Amino acid sequence: MDILGTLRDLALESGFAAFFVTDGGWKNLVMILIAFVLLYLGIEKKFEPLLLCGIAFGCLLSNLSYFIGMGENALYHPELWSAFLDSTSPYYHSYGHIMSNAGLLDFFYIGVKAGIYPSLIFLGVGAMTDFGPLLSNPKSLLLGAAAQLGVFVAFFGAVLLGFTGPQAASIGIIGGADGPTAIYLTTKLAPELLGPIAIAAYSYMALIPLIQPPIMKALTNDEMRKVKMVQTREVSKKEKIIFPIVVATFVILLLPSTAPLIGCLMLGNLFRETGVTDRLSDTSQNALMNIVTIFLATSVGATMVAQNFLTFNTIKIVILGLIAFGISTVGGLLGGIAMYYGSGKKINPLIGSAGVSAVPMAARVSQDVGRKFNPNNYLLMHAMGPNVAGVIGSAIAAGFLLSVFG
Amino acid sequence: MDLVNITVGNAAVTALLGYLVVFFGLVLLMLVVTVMGKIFIAKSRKAETAPAPAVTAPAAAPVEVKKPEAKGTAGELKLYDTDPRDAAMIMAIVADTLGKPLNQLRFISIKEVKE
Repeated sequence: MDILGTLRDLALESGFAAFFVTDGGWKNLVMILIAFVLLYLGIEKKFEPLLLCGIAFGCLLSNLSYFIGMGENALYHPELWSAFLDSTSPYYHSYGHIMSNAGLLDFFYIGVKAGIYPSLIFLGVGAMTDFGPLLSNPKSLLLGAAAQLGVFVAFFGAVLLGFTGPQAASIGIIGGADGPTAIYLTTKLAPELLGPIAIAAYSYMALIPLIQPPIMKALTNDEMRKVKMVQTREVSKKEKIIFPIVVATFVILLLPSTAPLIGCLMLGNLFRETGVTDRLSDTSQNALMNIVTIFLATSVGATMVAQNFLTFNTIKIVILGLIAFGISTVGGLLGGIAMYYGSGKKINPLIGSAGVSAVPMAARVSQDVGRKFNPNNYLLMHAMGPNVAGVIGSAIAAGFLLSVFG
Repeated sequence: MDLVNITVGNAAVTALLGYLVVFFGLVLLMLVVTVMGKIFIAKSRKAETAPAPAVTAPAAAPVEVKKPEAKGTAGELKLYDTDPRDAAMIMAIVADTLGKPLNQLRFISIKEVKE
């Protein structure tokens, strides 16, 4: 018996050897290292851990399994999804072909591809969101609109850098600072960029406390930052119940492509406010949200196979994402400054930066920066208005881009 | 217009149009919410200023109905539906948030607000 030969064969068949003998195997090794870094950031640094841990582990699993057996045992098959999207392929839009050849993470990914997970996440977000601050100060909707500036500047920048229209639209939406919206739009317009866009969106959302304060300080002066805003009016229960019905009807009629996101957001909020659907509200914001987060995060992470992720485009997306976040913050602050002067210096412009969505992190940043300059200033509730307006604003921006490029 | 290989000029127009559409949508929504709020405020004011129902029988002497003070009420601080431990915690949080010692603060009452 050739013991040495047997040992050599065993070694060559192992996954460890496959890193070096498989064509492009080293790239998967790099992706596995990236997954370790993302796990470290999620667990140790607590950067959006609920999502980043799942994304990183999905990335780890798909890159561990992808090249062993040349995709036969893979948990995620990018080639199946390429055929699914290729209009010249016999398997164009064939879920049957996917399901008969799928690995576990391909099955999970069907929910992303069909736009189910982002919409269900919005259902949970709606159930967790109190729109009272927005109702008591409807002008904060203007700040939610102003803070979408980064979406369109980044879109334009992406076109300048050579991305196609649909790809540029998907990159731009990172500036909306809304993960589910970014995933939803990217899945529809540029699924090949889903991994880098999701990573950029969630990483920058986690880094908001670092990204926003320098911009806030640069654009405002001491007098502006110290403005104490008056207590907003109390909003009745009936008003809160009618609000989601009115918004869903109004926004969906205005931009029908926003229906899945706005529809679910407002349905979740209706569950919260009716007072007779407490169980549904509880499920939406806890159990369902957690289950969907697991599927969404792991399947988005699975799309980060080396062949798709390790490209120069990823670096461009990371840079454009940062620009999008920064410009959106600038847009919100400029809106806040305009309202500061328009209101006779009664509105603190720091609440403008909360218009970038990222609920409630951006509102907390407004509160923290405001209190640094006036310890008795409580901006949190005032900043929640633009913050939740930003969610609606980014959904409208996504709806517009989808209706143009979809 | 080729939207896949979009030109820089078309991209600029699309970006501008998109930003305007977002503003347009949210301004309209703001108007709707403002009108809705005004209707509700007017209704609640109307309810507040509505005349009291006609008195058919001589009214009895008004009796002030006081909410029962919760156990733990001390000094001038009144607790309503509030546990003394919760009250102590609330006072400590307020003092910590304001950065002032407790003996420089005056708490009048603590009441649980039920929605």
